Order: sequence, then structure tokens, then C-alpha cells
Amino acid sequence: MNMKRVYYEDVRFFTSGVVFFWFVALLLFLAAFPFLFKNYYVYVANYIAINVIVAIGLNILVGYTGQISLGHAGFFAIGAYGTLVLMTKAHLPFLVALPLSALVAALFGFLLGLPALRLEGPYLAIATLGFGMTVTQVIGRVGFFGGRQGLHAPELSIGPWNLSTDRDFYYLLITITILLTLAARNIIKTRVGRSFIAIRDADIAAETMGVNLVFYKTLSFALSAFYTGVAGGLYAFVLRYIEPEIFTLLRSIMFLSMVVVGGLGSIMGSVAGACLLSWMDLQLRNILNIPYLGEWLKTLSQSFFSITGVSNIQFILYGLIMILIMLFEPLGIFGIWIRTKKYWKMWPF
Amino acid sequence: MLNFLQMIVNGMAAGSTYALMGLAMVIIYKTTEVPNFTQGEMALLSSYLTYMFLDQYGVPYHVVFPAALVFAFVLGCVLEFVVLRRAKEPNILGMIVITIGLEMILMGFVSWKFGADQKTMPFPITPYDSVVIGKVFISTLELLTMGMVLLLMTGLFVFLRYSKLGIAMKATQQNDVAARLMGIRTDRIRMATWGISSTVGCTAGLLISSIVMQPYMMWDPLLKGFAAAVMGGMTSLPGAVFGAYMLGIIENLFGGYISIEFKSVVAFAIIVLVLCVKPSGLFARHYVKKV
Repeated sequence: MNMKRVYYEDVRFFTSGVVFFWFVALLLFLAAFPFLFKNYYVYVANYIAINVIVAIGLNILVGYTGQISLGHAGFFAIGAYGTLVLMTKAHLPFLVALPLSALVAALFGFLLGLPALRLEGPYLAIATLGFGMTVTQVIGRVGFFGGRQGLHAPELSIGPWNLSTDRDFYYLLITITILLTLAARNIIKTRVGRSFIAIRDADIAAETMGVNLVFYKTLSFALSAFYTGVAGGLYAFVLRYIEPEIFTLLRSIMFLSMVVVGGLGSIMGSVAGACLLSWMDLQLRNILNIPYLGEWLKTLSQSFFSITGVSNIQFILYGLIMILIMLFEPLGIFGIWIRTKKYWKMWPF
Repeated sequence: MLNFLQMIVNGMAAGSTYALMGLAMVIIYKTTEVPNFTQGEMALLSSYLTYMFLDQYGVPYHVVFPAALVFAFVLGCVLEFVVLRRAKEPNILGMIVITIGLEMILMGFVSWKFGADQKTMPFPITPYDSVVIGKVFISTLELLTMGMVLLLMTGLFVFLRYSKLGIAMKATQQNDVAARLMGIRTDRIRMATWGISSTVGCTAGLLISSIVMQPYMMWDPLLKGFAAAVMGGMTSLPGAVFGAYMLGIIENLFGGYISIEFKSVVAFAIIVLVLCVKPSGLFARHYVKKV
């Protein structure tokens, strides 16, 4: 049934007609999305797409290669600032500036990967965390990058098209997201991806089998940083304004929680986790506007808590989700999906 | 020269709070191998509750401070019992994620309850009193913090090395199964570890909250304390304290002589450099996992 007999079956993209059908349906839905929903939801979709790219990139590092990173906000910042600086100061077109700054992020990823060769666990966590904080602090204090005031994104036009509204930008963003998702899925199926997984499962064993640890670990860091850099560059145009405050440790933690909630070591899981958490993030920012629940929270806050701090409920919910997922379903949403699929497979028998 | 001495003293003062947080993290890491990101927020909760009782109910100091330490102990035990113990097949990433989740819950709760604005803790010693030794100024609060660090470090060191409970903790860390076969209740040992660590953290929290008090106040000491602990090897109490003082002093000298702007960055740059040379910190043997 599910047995793979030849290599081709393993790497094939559409494993069945059903998958092909849903893929086409998804593409059609994404193409029609801006016409079906109002402007705000297009912005939400853009925000989600950015996080999807980061989550996939981070999953390559955390889920597939087994390295921890608490510093991805740094790569995100490098991507965002790199793109804007290359566009405003060097007057490069967007389609050149974006990959260039992502490559710069990848270079930093490679450099961070070098000490990471010898580090693991808490040591790696503090090293990456330090990297992320350093990047944000340095960028926030150098006048060339706008300092505390931040940078404004210039008008974006590619060839004859002027992508000034969320709706126009949506198509560019979704195209890049889909391409990067497919690319990640294919990378994992190749020799490179199998080396990553071997390193995750047992790095010394992988080395004895002929996997070049230095090459593949740094490659994993660089690849992950590349994805995050691309996302950062695009995010600058979703917000149209960037400042160092955006790229804090909290954002790195949020990226990590997306990957964990979605499911370590699964591309589709990352997509799901990013969708869920970024949607929650946007919704919970104005939690008092949610019908019924908002009213109740308001009275509760007024009598027992402070009304000014009510938006912090989102941290509580975030933390709860992270803990519950880790305790009861370590594979995240992907694990829940696998279990449901198994349960219904033989239905109704 | 005088300036230099003053900077060293200031650096040591800053290092003391890092040292307290570092100590708290090392205790948990030694026994359970969990890098505990919740540390700061456990202290935050205890400090804010202390503030609430002092400020709003007018309970005297000599009741509130010991009560806060007891509360911190219970809080640590409860968190371990309710959350950490329930983790199935824990790996290091899972543990980091769980403690970060806990941290977000506690921080969210505190900011929700007390709001994000700056509070002033009614503390018996004001941070503005200072003594002059030679020609170097040092505030009484900083002196108290330094004394606390030395006291706690020696106390914990002696406790972990010579007491029965301390040796049981070491056994639990080295080999859980063997420890249980020898009659050590490892679950209870872990719970006690969390309690002790939370108490140490609470001391740091109370001392810090007399200077600055807002929901993000523990982030910087936590991260620097973690960095210091990692620099000292993550398993060594004197190592963590040494690392913390090093960080504090280097930070202040860098701020004084080179650039005040990048002062807080230099700590992390040093950490990355140290880890490049000694991947398990300065005071720990590098241990390579077998297949």
C-alpha cells in the first residue's frame, strides 16, 4: 500500500491523484484569496506567509539537523535591513537586493555555524541567542541603518508593475513562499536532506558513514539563515517601516514556538504552526474586541487584574500552547494530523 | 587609576546580580540538565507578590521577605511537579521549549495583573545610600548583593558537596537509574532542586526590584546570568560566579574606555569567543557523547 519500491517513488512530489487535486485546489484558493476577503485579511495572509517562510527555514535547522537556535531574529533583521539599505543606498532593484541580502544572512549563518560545530544544548542556545541580540543591538545603534528611528521602505516596483498595495504585494509574496516551500521539501528528499537527518539522529555515527559534518552543519545554518533573510526582506515591505524593536529575542522565541507547535521535522507542520500562531498573534493583540469573551475579560481584568496589561494574555496562551504541545504531542500539529489520518484510515471498520 | 578602580567595583556590583541568577541556573542544570529559562520569571512573580503585600497590605518587612523566600521555594516545587515531571521522553530542545513556555505564562500573568508601568519597591535600604572605601564609591545595596553572592555561593557549595541531599542531587544527575536503585527518590530530589534554585532566584529578584521594577526587569540579569553560567561551565558554582564577575567587569571597562553604546553587546561577543575556544566553558571538562 504505502511501500516504496523505487527511489523515484520516494522523491516524487505528487504521491497520488488526491494530493495533486488538493494542491491545485490550494493554488486556486490562494490565487482567488484577495478577491474573496477584505483588505485586512490580505494583510493577515501576508504576515502569515512571512512566518511560514521563517518557520520552514528554522525547521531545516532545528527539526531536521537537530541544532537549536534562539537567534533567528538576527537573520531576520539582516535580511530586512540588507534589502532596504541595498535598495535605498545602492539603488539596486528589489529582485536583486532581496537575494543579495538573503545571501548576506546566509554568510552570517555560515559564520555562526562554525562555533556551533563544537557546541550543543545550552551552549548552542546561548551562542545563538547572543548572536541574535548582538545583531539587533548593533543595528539599532549605527546611524547608517537609521538607528533607533528605523528605516522606511521605498516604493516597490518590479518592471512595469507597481506593488504598492497589500493586494499587489500578496501575489509576489505568495509566489516566493510557495517556491521556497517546494524547494525545502525537495532539499529534504535529496542527499543533503538525508545528511541533515543523519546528523540529527547521531552526528558521530553520521560522520563514520561519510557525512562531512563541517560541511553539512554549516550548510544547514546557512540555508536556514537564507530562508529567514528572504522572509526578513519581504517583511520590511509588509510593514513598510522597520525599527530594531521588531527584531527582539521575543521574535526568535516566537519563530521557535511556531516550529515546535507545527511539528519538528515536517515541512507541512511548519506551515500549519506558522499559520496558527501568527493568526493567533494578530487576533490576540486586540483581545478585548473578541465578542463575548472580550466583555468577560474586561470585567475580570477590572476587578482582579489591571486593564492596561490585558494584551499580555496572548503570552499566557502562547506559553500554554507550547507546554501542552510539548507534554502531550511532541510532534505538534503534524503528529495530531498523522494520528487522525491513521484513525480514519480503516473507517468505518 | 581611581577611575579604573571605580569601574572595577561597578562591574563587580553589576556582576553580583548576574552571579545570583547564574547560581540559580547552575543548580538546576547540575541536577536535571535543563537550561531553565523560567528562572527570571519565577523570581519576577515572587518579587511582585512581595511588592503587593508590602505596598497594598502594609505587612512588615520581617514577615514578607521570609514569606517570599518560602513562596519561591513552593513555586519552584509546584512548577517541577505540575509541568516538568510530566514531559514524556524529554530531550534538551523539548525542555528548553517547555521552560520558555512557562516563562511566557508567568510573565504574561505578572504583566496582566500589575500592568507594564514602572513600580517602586518599598525596600529597607535605598539604592542611593553609599559608602566610601578609600576613594571608591559603592552603594550599600551593592555591598549587600555582593555579600549575598559570596554567602550563597559558599553555602550552596558546602551544601552540595557535604550534605546528604547535595550528594543525592549529584547522584541523580550522574545516573538516574542507579540513583533510584540506591534508594534515592529522584523525583523528589528534582523537585527540591527546583525549589532551592527558585529561592536563590528570588533573592536576586528582590535585590534587583529595589532598583528597577517592571515586568521585563529579569530578562537582562537572566540572560547575562545564563551567559555567565555557560562561561563557567554550566555545572560549576564558583565558575558561574567567576564568569558573572568577569562579564560585569569587562562590560564596565568596555563601556568606560571604548564605547558605552555597545556595552551590553560585548558580553555576548565574549561568550561566543570563549565557547569557540572552550566549548564546555572555562571550568568544565569537555565531554563528548558516545554513539
